[in-house]
Amino acid sequence: MPCTDSVALNLWYPVTALEDITSKPLHTLLLEEPLIIRHDGTSQVHTRGRTLPVRESYGYLWTSLGTSQEDLFPIPEYTEDDRRNVHAATIGVQTSAPRSIENFLDMGHFPYVHTNILGAEPHTEVKEYTVEVSTECDEIRATNCLFWQPMAAAASSAGAEVNYIYRVPHPYCAVLYKSSPANPDRLDVIAIFLQPETQERVRAHMMLCLLDETTSNREIRLFQQTIFGQDKPILENQFPKRLPLDPRAETPIRADKSAIAYRRWLSEKGITYGVIPSAA
Amino acid sequence: MKLYNYELSGNCYKLRLLMSFLGVDYETEAIDFYPGQKHKSPDFRQINPLGQLPAIEDNGLVLRDAQAILVYIASKYDADGTWYPAQDPALLGQVMQWLAFADGITATASAARLHDGLYYSHIDVEAARKGAHTLFRILDEHLFFAEDAGQAWICPSDQPTIADIACFPYIMLSEEGGINRMDYPAIRRWCDRFKRIPGFIVMPGIFPAGPAFEKPAA
Repeated sequence: MPCTDSVALNLWYPVTALEDITSKPLHTLLLEEPLIIRHDGTSQVHTRGRTLPVRESYGYLWTSLGTSQEDLFPIPEYTEDDRRNVHAATIGVQTSAPRSIENFLDMGHFPYVHTNILGAEPHTEVKEYTVEVSTECDEIRATNCLFWQPMAAAASSAGAEVNYIYRVPHPYCAVLYKSSPANPDRLDVIAIFLQPETQERVRAHMMLCLLDETTSNREIRLFQQTIFGQDKPILENQFPKRLPLDPRAETPIRADKSAIAYRRWLSEKGITYGVIPSAA
Repeated sequence: MKLYNYELSGNCYKLRLLMSFLGVDYETEAIDFYPGQKHKSPDFRQINPLGQLPAIEDNGLVLRDAQAILVYIASKYDADGTWYPAQDPALLGQVMQWLAFADGITATASAARLHDGLYYSHIDVEAARKGAHTLFRILDEHLFFAEDAGQAWICPSDQPTIADIACFPYIMLSEEGGINRMDYPAIRRWCDRFKRIPGFIVMPGIFPAGPAFEKPAA
């Protein structure tokens, strides 16, 4: 069934990493619509005889099926001179885009799913943090998040209390900022951009924007893939696969504050794709 | 020994498992398998002309193929000779039979996982899943009757063999290729026993066994 969610249709979506584009046409799926990506000097995206708008941002080709796209959210760090921008991978996952976002926002699972990397027992507490919908722009921000991590990044040499900031600037994209092992005063950036193929299947594009002069792209990429490979079975075993927006559907704990805000924000936007909307 | 490794590869994990069980020290060289496709690069084809992982280098010897490397490592480093029971022809024949079976699991369950997760779009995923279910049904039945005969492992030995290692990863990762293991209870019990072998390690996508049932002290 094609997507009828007008909010979702008008969003920008990543459909491939720019570095994966060759002269050979690429076939992919977006909101159940088959896309063909062609490159001939410039990149074009076609679906069922239509030519879709495109833009190149953050190392990916983005497109939209709708008619009135807003600007894509900013990631100012991407253009900083001393940053390393790395496309980690595009991985297929059998789950909805909102379930993937919630997993990306969750710190509680670090010691259990990313054992001895992003967390370790007994350091399991998710300390009180702040969540708000930003007043300057329509996005969720979780700030003042602290978590003890044995190996926060590929460049880490020891465990550290790591500071996190999370942004959700798009219903299916999230950006996190965390203390940079190489530069304690600044933050590394990791983004997940989801391309919903269907309501219950996504392509997850992962981008890192790091302050790290020593680790190779290969090591950065493989570190991130290890983390995501650990999340994958957890994501694929969450049922229902679509995210229930009714506040009574799943029981949150205090650590899930950002998830509660995300679900409420999706409800207020009127998103219906990849979710189970609240009964009116 | 050097292992040319990719963390998300079940075939590389077979070797990491055996070396962990045996306590063998090794170094790894990480290959950017995805999306870099570095296993297909001219440089890596000098090591393995087939352009596949894993491969090892040990004192000048270069070997490819997970099953072949399992045989080599077990023969060289397992002083007890239980993982690769070369002294017992009947048992050894069965080990080799299930190593070949494991190649079938790679061709089906692993192929479906590559299709779904890493966009190997040339794979006929329905055929791969169907093929995996055929193999899982055969192994499940085999394990059911083995358990009934008091045998914990794939081959009739008191100890696990490299046949268990060869079959384990892509069975355990099958759900990533849309292959559910609900209908294979004997396989699920065997996986749980496997995870309790001393020295067991995980890979992304595979979790450790839950806390073991504690038998009351005698």
